[in-house]
Amino acid sequence: MTASSRRVEVREDVLGANDLLASENRARLELAGVFSVNLMASPGAGKTSLVERTVQALAGQMRVAFVDGDLATSLDADRAAAAGAAAIQINTGGECHLDANMLQGALDQLDLGRTDLLIVENVGNLICPASFRLGTHKNVLIASIPEGDDKPYKYPGTYRGVDALVLNKIDLLPYVPFRMEYFRQGVEMLNPGVVTFVLSCRSGEGLSDWLQWLVGSVEAHRDTRKVE
Amino acid sequence: MHEMAVTESLLAIATRHGEAAGASRVTDLYLVIGRLSSIVDDSVQFYWDFVSKGTVCEGARLHFERVPATFRCLECQSHYELDGDFTPCPECGSSRIEVVAGEEFRLESVGIES
Repeated sequence: MTASSRRVEVREDVLGANDLLASENRARLELAGVFSVNLMASPGAGKTSLVERTVQALAGQMRVAFVDGDLATSLDADRAAAAGAAAIQINTGGECHLDANMLQGALDQLDLGRTDLLIVENVGNLICPASFRLGTHKNVLIASIPEGDDKPYKYPGTYRGVDALVLNKIDLLPYVPFRMEYFRQGVEMLNPGVVTFVLSCRSGEGLSDWLQWLVGSVEAHRDTRKVE
Repeated sequence: MHEMAVTESLLAIATRHGEAAGASRVTDLYLVIGRLSSIVDDSVQFYWDFVSKGTVCEGARLHFERVPATFRCLECQSHYELDGDFTPCPECGSSRIEVVAGEEFRLESVGIES
């Protein structure tokens, strides 16, 4: 018998399996009434500092769970746990991003029924995390002054896909060259009108707007659920 | 880069469709990749040869069709194509732009032998 050749139509997104799992994660969070954010940033931008500040500020107001993705160690989860969050560490073992499957495993370990806000801290990287949906409600990018004002231009994929932008370490503005207008213009081109929080985790300046947005989102989410 | 994870996903999809169609061998994969999708052809090819070994897809050729990035200006509504970079609208200079195409990363079809 001779082999016959033919072409078979597929038309499938290569990351479709991840997207499907992400939808499952979202459904699970919805069912439990949990509002969730996915924090993305380059290493050292202040992801965990923002988590610490946030968890401390919201203590007593709401129950916060934290999932951290890192190549190795549980340093970040330890910091968040010390601040008062229920913390789960995912060691990606070299993977440059979290994916929906990893988050699913972490959700299994959390008591979602006793959670109001879930903060996921992605692997410190400005490229890969943007391609993998997790199923969280909002993607948040943390940029920081010392990284430089050209980052929106160099990492358009990440800047474009986020729902909120935090610009951290503004206490360093007097010491580092950073053209705010140039930065903002790049952001505006990629993500017109994106909600932006300019703050310093260190001094606390500007943190209240961020917290207000977060609390508002959690409450709005809860209210929507009551209506349903 | 995450081409390894992406390539494994690609293998799973190609294998599933190939086997469903009764393939004894998957010989070709036809991929559509948008300029903005940050996928590197050479890197996918490198991992592909590695992950497909010993599967029905072993030795399959990867064909990449690159789709240019197309933008629409939200001010003057003009469309323009670029080779992957974001720049303001060449007609009116506005920065308020929207991506129309260029983010695709799809397995369009597979060539099989049966």
